[in-house]
Amino acid sequence: MALKMVKGSIDRMFDKNLQDLVRGIRNHKEDEAKYISTCIDEIKQELKQDNIAVKANAVCKLTYLQMLGYDVSWAAFNIIEVMSSSKFTYKRIGYLAASQCFHEGTDVIMLTTNQIRKDLSSPNQYDTGVALTGLSCFVTPDLARDLANDIMTLMSHTKPYIRKKAVLIMYKVFLKYPESLRPAFPRLKEKLEDPDPGVQSAAVNVICELARRNPKNYLSLAPLFFKLMTSSTNNWVLIKIIKLFGALTPLEPRLGKKLIEPLTNLIHSTSAMSLLYECVNTVIAVTKIVLIIVRINILSCTVVKYLGLLAMSKILKTHPKSVQSHKDLILQCLDDKDESIRLRALDLLYGMVSKKNLMEIVKKLMIHVDKAEGTTYRDELLTKIIDICSQSNYQYITNFEWYISILVELTRLEGTRHGHLIASQMLDVAIRVKAIRGFAVAQMAMLLDNAHLLAGNTQRNGICEVLYAAAWICGEFSEHLEDPLQTLEAMLRPKVTTLPGHIQAVYVQNAVKLFAAVLTRRETAGEKQAAQETTEMLIEKLPQFVQSADLEVQERASCILQLVKYIQKLQAKEVSVAEEVTALFAGELNPVAPKAQKKVPVPEGLDLDAWINEPPSESESEDEKPKAIFQEDEPKHSRPRLTELDEQELARRREARKQEQANNPFYIKSSPSPQKSYQDTPGVDHIPVVQIDLTVPLKVPGMPISDQYLKLEEERRLKQKQEKKDKKKKKKKEKHGKSRRHDSAHTESEEDIAPAQRVDIVTEEMPENALPSDEDDKDSNDPYKALDIDLDKPLADSEKLPVRTHRPSRTEGLKSPDVDTTAEEQRPKKSKEKDKKKDKERKVCYFSGHKDHLFNLLQNPSNHQHLNYKVYDIQGNLQDGSQVVVSVIFENNCTDFLKSMEFNVLDSLNTRLVRPSGASVHDGIAVPFQLPPGVSNEARFVFTVQSIVMPQKLKGTLTFIVKTEDGSTHEKLDFKLHFTCTSYLITTPCYSDAFAKLLESEELKVNALKLDSINMPFHHLLAKICFHHHFSVVERIDSCASMYSRSIQGHHVCLLVKSVSMPSCGQ
Amino acid sequence: MIKAILVFNNHGKPRLIRFYQYFPEDMQQQIIRETFHLVSKRDDNVCNFLEGGSLIGGSDYKLIYRHYATLYFVFCVDSSESELGILDLIQVFVETLDKCFENVCELDLIFHMDKVHYILQEVVMGGMVLETNMNEIVGQVENQSRLEKSEGGLSGAPARAVSAVKNMNLPEIPRNINIGDINIKVPNLSPFV
Repeated sequence: MALKMVKGSIDRMFDKNLQDLVRGIRNHKEDEAKYISTCIDEIKQELKQDNIAVKANAVCKLTYLQMLGYDVSWAAFNIIEVMSSSKFTYKRIGYLAASQCFHEGTDVIMLTTNQIRKDLSSPNQYDTGVALTGLSCFVTPDLARDLANDIMTLMSHTKPYIRKKAVLIMYKVFLKYPESLRPAFPRLKEKLEDPDPGVQSAAVNVICELARRNPKNYLSLAPLFFKLMTSSTNNWVLIKIIKLFGALTPLEPRLGKKLIEPLTNLIHSTSAMSLLYECVNTVIAVTKIVLIIVRINILSCTVVKYLGLLAMSKILKTHPKSVQSHKDLILQCLDDKDESIRLRALDLLYGMVSKKNLMEIVKKLMIHVDKAEGTTYRDELLTKIIDICSQSNYQYITNFEWYISILVELTRLEGTRHGHLIASQMLDVAIRVKAIRGFAVAQMAMLLDNAHLLAGNTQRNGICEVLYAAAWICGEFSEHLEDPLQTLEAMLRPKVTTLPGHIQAVYVQNAVKLFAAVLTRRETAGEKQAAQETTEMLIEKLPQFVQSADLEVQERASCILQLVKYIQKLQAKEVSVAEEVTALFAGELNPVAPKAQKKVPVPEGLDLDAWINEPPSESESEDEKPKAIFQEDEPKHSRPRLTELDEQELARRREARKQEQANNPFYIKSSPSPQKSYQDTPGVDHIPVVQIDLTVPLKVPGMPISDQYLKLEEERRLKQKQEKKDKKKKKKKEKHGKSRRHDSAHTESEEDIAPAQRVDIVTEEMPENALPSDEDDKDSNDPYKALDIDLDKPLADSEKLPVRTHRPSRTEGLKSPDVDTTAEEQRPKKSKEKDKKKDKERKVCYFSGHKDHLFNLLQNPSNHQHLNYKVYDIQGNLQDGSQVVVSVIFENNCTDFLKSMEFNVLDSLNTRLVRPSGASVHDGIAVPFQLPPGVSNEARFVFTVQSIVMPQKLKGTLTFIVKTEDGSTHEKLDFKLHFTCTSYLITTPCYSDAFAKLLESEELKVNALKLDSINMPFHHLLAKICFHHHFSVVERIDSCASMYSRSIQGHHVCLLVKSVSMPSCGQ
Repeated sequence: MIKAILVFNNHGKPRLIRFYQYFPEDMQQQIIRETFHLVSKRDDNVCNFLEGGSLIGGSDYKLIYRHYATLYFVFCVDSSESELGILDLIQVFVETLDKCFENVCELDLIFHMDKVHYILQEVVMGGMVLETNMNEIVGQVENQSRLEKSEGGLSGAPARAVSAVKNMNLPEIPRNINIGDINIKVPNLSPFV
C-alpha cells in the first residue's frame, strides 16, 4: 500500500496541473487545438489511474477545457468518482466539474443520489456546502424527489451557513418536484424569521421567486413581509420585498395605502440608488400617482436615464396622458448615443401615439431612419414605425394616403431585411381600405416603374419583396390604373428576370390581369388595332419568363403564353375577347382573419377523431380481393340498385351541400354575374364609400411626400377647427347664447379630429358562428404553472415528503430470497448475502479475496528490472457475449530502449487468446509499439471464454529485446493473468423498480457470505465494488446497499451489501 | 433568477463561465461570442443594461454588465432581479475577488479559474443570490482554503517543487506574462450593507 502511495506521488510529479495546462495553452497560440487534444489524451491516461489525486487534478483541468468549449461529458463517471472522494479538496473539484457539465440528460447522474445524500449528512459543514451548491446546478426531478426530505432536515441545521444554502436550494427542488412545495412551505415560512440575516435573505429570495409567478397564493404572507420591510437593514432583502409588494398590490388594493408611509421613509433615508429606484418603482405601481419622473430623466447619468424610461413605460399603462406630456423628452432620447436607451424610448413611443401625434412622431422617426447608422438599429426603427402605425387595427391612422406614402418612402432604405414586412403592410392596407385603392395603385405603379432603383443591387434583396406587393396590387386593382399599358410594359422589362422566382411568378400572373384591363379599355374605345398590338407585345415578351429556371415562373409563363396566343387568334377573327379575359380574374378577394378556422366551434355531436367509414382492416381487404376477381357476377346484382339509390341520395345531398356552402364563408361561391363587381356583393353595399376628396393630388415621382401630407393635415385640422367654431357660433346664435360654458371649455380632444377621408377598414372576415372569446392559448408547458399551489390549506396526512426506507420485503422477509445470483456456482467466492439478524459485530465484505488478488496482479510482476506492466482492466465485450478485453499497460523503467515485444499466454480449455488467423497456439502476439526509456503505453488483447462461471488463472510470458549501447539482449518476463468472475460483468444501470421486479421473479438463486476484518468506510467499499467489479448501486440506505450488474452472457447479478456495525470505520 | 454569469476579457476570451441553465458547449460558446459582440461595441459611458441577447432567454432577460480594466463581468438576469441591485452585486463580487487575490488582475482569473468559481459559489448559488455581505463571503472562502491546506491541497508539496523546477528551466515563461498592468481597479460604490 505504502509503495503504491509513493509511486502515485512520483507519477504525479510529471502530471500537469491546471496552471501548467493554462500556461501550455498560452504558449501554443498557433496550434492551440492540437495542443489541447494532446492534453486531453494525457487527461484520459490520468483518469485511468487509481490515485484519486491524479484523477482530481485531471478533472480540474477538464473543467477549464469545458470553459473553452470542449465537451467533457465523456468523463462524467470519473467526475462522480472524484465527487465521492473523502477529501474536501477533491470533493469540491468533483462537484465543481459536475455543476459545470451535468444536466438532466446526463445518464450517470442517478448514480450520485447516495453520494449526495451522504455528503448532505456529513459532519463537515463544507462537505454539505459543496454538495448543496453542486446539486443546485444539476438537480433533476428524480434527485429532487429522493433528496427533498434530506434537504428539508438541513433547513433546521445548526450552522447558518448550511441553513441558508438549504433554504435557497428548495426553490430548485420545488421547480423539479412541485409536490414538495406544500409539505416544505411551513418551514420555509419559519425561516423568514430566522435569527441569521443570511438565512432570512435566502428565504425572502425563494418566496419572492415563487410569488412572482403566482402572487395570489402568497397574499397571506403580506403582514410578515411588512414587518421585515420595516425592520430589515439588508438592502438586497429590502429590494426583493419591495419588488414583491409591487406584484402583490394589484391583487389587494388595501395594501397600497399601508405601503406608502414606509416606502416614502425609505426613499428619504436610503443612500443606495438601487433601493431608491425600486421604492419609486413600487410607489408608482402602488399609488398611481406620478412622481418625480422628470427629475430622473434630466439626470445625465445613463444608468438612471435607462431606468427612468423603464419606469415611464410602467406608468404609461395606467396613466398614458401624464407620460404623453414628456413626449419631447422621449424623442430627445432617440438622439442618445446609447442603443439601449434608444430602444427603450422607441418602446415608449409605441404606447404614446394617438391620432393627434401619430404623424408628427412618425415624421421624427423617419428623420432618425435617415440618420441612423448600422442596419440593426435602422431595421429596428423600421419595424417600430410599422408597429406604431398598424397597432390595434390602424386605430390611429387618420390618413391612409399618408401611410402609403410612408411605406413607399421606407422602400428607399438601403439594405433592410424587412422588405416582406413593408410588402405585407401594403397588401393589407390596399385590400382592407377600399377607398385608398386608387391612390395605392398609382403609387405602386410608380414603384414598378422605378423598380430598377430597388432591385438594381442584388445585395439589397430584402427590399425587392416590395415589388411582389406592388405587382399584385397593380394587377388585382387594375381598374384604378390610369395607364395600365405603361405599367404592363414596366412589368415585362428584361431586368425583371433578375428578381427572385416567387416575385417573377407574381409578375407573370399579374401581367395578364393588366393585359385584361388594357384590352377592356381598348375595345370599349373601339381601338382594335391597339389591342392587337398589346397582344403582340405580350407574345414577344413572355418567352423570357418561359425560359426561367424557376419552375413556378416557367409553368405560369408557358400556360399564359398559350392563352395569349389563342387570344391573338380570336382577335384576328375580329372577335371581341375583353369580357372573357376579364372573367378569368373576376371575383373579390376578402381578407380572412388568421384565427378564423380555429374560432369555428365544433358542432354538437361531431367527433372529428371518429372514423367516417369503418377503417378497412388489412386482412379483410386481402381476403376480399381474390373474391372480387373470381366471382365477377356478384357485383352485377347490386350495381343497378346502387345507382338508383344514388340518384335520390345525390339530389338530397346536393341540396344539403348548397345550403351548407351558402353558409360557409370559406367556400368560393359562384356569383351570378361573372363580372368583377365588388360593389354588387351583399354586405359591402351598406358600407358608405365616400369619394376621396383631395385638393392637391400629390404625385411627384421619387419625392418624399409624407411631409407634405403632414402640412396638409395641419391645415385641414385648422380649417376643421375653424369650421366647427363657426358652426358653434351659428348654433349659439340660433340658441341665443344659451349655454356659454360649452364654448369656453372647448379644447381639442382626440375625438374631435375627423379623419381626412372616410375610410372603411374592412374587418377581417370571421365565420358567423365564431366564438367570441379571444383567449390566447396559454403556454401549457410553463414550468411555473405546476407551482401554482394553494399554500393556505392545512396539510393532509398524505402529503409528506417521501422518506427513504429500505425495501420492505427486505426488512421483513428473511424467508424470501434477498440477493441472488443467476447461478450460485457461478460466483462461489463473491456473491454474498447477509442474514441480518445474526452477527451484529461483523461486517460483510464481498470481495476481500478478490480484492487481494487484484492487488497482487497489479503489484506482483512489476519488479522486473526492465519492464513494469500492470493489468488495469479486464472487461467484457459488449458486442460479443463470449469475449473479454484485457487492457495491459507496459512501462519501461530502465534506461534502455525496448522493442519487439511479444505477448503470449498458455491457453486453457476455457479461455483462449484470440490470435490472428493462421497462427498456432504457441505463437505470441506482437505488441504494436516500442518503448523508449521511461515511457508507458497500453495494449489490448482479446480472449474468448466459454464458461463465465469460474475464475481462471492463465500463465503467460512476455518476450522483448533490450537495446543497449553495446548490443541488444533478449529478455523474458513471466506473468499470470487472473480472470475473476466479475471480469465478465458489465456495468449496467438498473432502476429500483426494475430491481424489485427482478427480486420478486424468484428466478434468482441465493448465496450468502460474511466477511470480517474489513476496515474501510462503507462508501469506499461500495465505490470499490462499483469500480473494480463493474456493479452499479441501485439504492443505498445507511449501511445497506443493493447493487446490480449483468454478465456478458446476459445473466442478472444482484448483490446486497450490508455492514452490520461499523466499529472500525475511522481507521 | 440569474441565468448566466460570464467573465471575459477585452478580446472576448472567456475567463469564467457559469450557466444556471443547461446549454450544450457549442451553444455556450456561441452565447459568449454574441454577448461579447453586444457588449464590446458599447462605450464605457453608456448605460450598463442591454436587451436583446437573442440566444439566451428572450424578452424577459437582460444583460447587466460592468467593465473593469481588461475584463467584462456580465450577468444575464430575468425581470425578477433589480437592475441596480445586480450592478451592486457585480461590485461586491469583484471587491471580494480583490480581497481574496490581493489586487486581483486578469492573470489571477486565468490561472485560478477554480478558485474564482469557489468564490462565486459563495455569492450566487443555482442562479439565486446567496450572500451579499462581503465579510461573510471572504470568511467562508478563507475557511475552505484553510481546510484545503490542512488536507495538503490538490498539488501537494512534491508536485509544487517539480513545477517550480519546471518553471526555472523554461526561460520563456516570464515573457508570456506581459499583459501589462491589468490590476482591476475597484472604484468605491455604494455597498449593500
